[in-house]
Amino acid sequence: MIDKSFIGKALPSFYASAEPGQLALFAKATGETHPVYTQEAAARDAGYPGLPLPPTFLFSLELTQPAVSWREEIGIVPSRILHGEQSFVYHRPAHAGERLLFEPRVSDIYDKKGGALTFIVKDTRVTNARGEPVADLRSVIVHRNV
Amino acid sequence: MSSPDFNTLQVGDMLPPLTLPGVNRTTLALFAGASNDHNPIHIDLDYARKAGMADVFAHGMLSMAWLGRLLTQWVDQRQLREFGVRFVGITHLGHQITCTGKIVEKYESAGERRVRLDIQTANQYGEAKVVGSAVVAF
Repeated sequence: MIDKSFIGKALPSFYASAEPGQLALFAKATGETHPVYTQEAAARDAGYPGLPLPPTFLFSLELTQPAVSWREEIGIVPSRILHGEQSFVYHRPAHAGERLLFEPRVSDIYDKKGGALTFIVKDTRVTNARGEPVADLRSVIVHRNV
Repeated sequence: MSSPDFNTLQVGDMLPPLTLPGVNRTTLALFAGASNDHNPIHIDLDYARKAGMADVFAHGMLSMAWLGRLLTQWVDQRQLREFGVRFVGITHLGHQITCTGKIVEKYESAGERRVRLDIQTANQYGEAKVVGSAVVAF
């Protein structure tokens, strides 16, 4: 069973930043060809201080932090989870090399289908080096209990 | 990039769609490395079979990244305010995904003119795989 006493708990915060080379690989893997996402000069011409992080890349930066320990504590069995939902609310652009602070918390845990499924909602606030909000991420993980 | 004109946009307008090549193992391996999602279910056939799947399958976030491309080929990314999806089906090897978007609302919020879009991915059989919405400012 998933431990519902985790609702509201903050998970360890961490810093992460995107490297230009990884953004270039991300562009290749997703078929992105617009030069603003791969060429520093094109990004600067477009008014970015560096290569912009594409819309979903903050999720990839979240994955730099191993989730194993809190997932175990909460009772999640990795082979039983699915990514149910993902959302982003954007406040300002982020770019390669920028040191970003990630502050995740478990905001909700609830059952569906008579307890056969448990939904775990994680909200992550991302801020830049000046403490300005960059984005708010929400992940909903679905855990099969039976 | 020339941005669409808010005044001429209508509820019901469709975005220019984005059609991707069929999903193959190379794409999944590249995306695993590029996205930091190293879950073996997407790249290791032996692991996938042990987990009860017939084969590896695509990362949900690969589809969301494609939807991101749908949006940023339409407007500058700095106009994107909200972007959210539900993963409603598995995208398998060989699926040819088309991303579509439709304007469902024009409104003003936070001193900005905005549109809300319904977005989705579907395979070549018309089966929806990822559905969601986005908010774009003008």
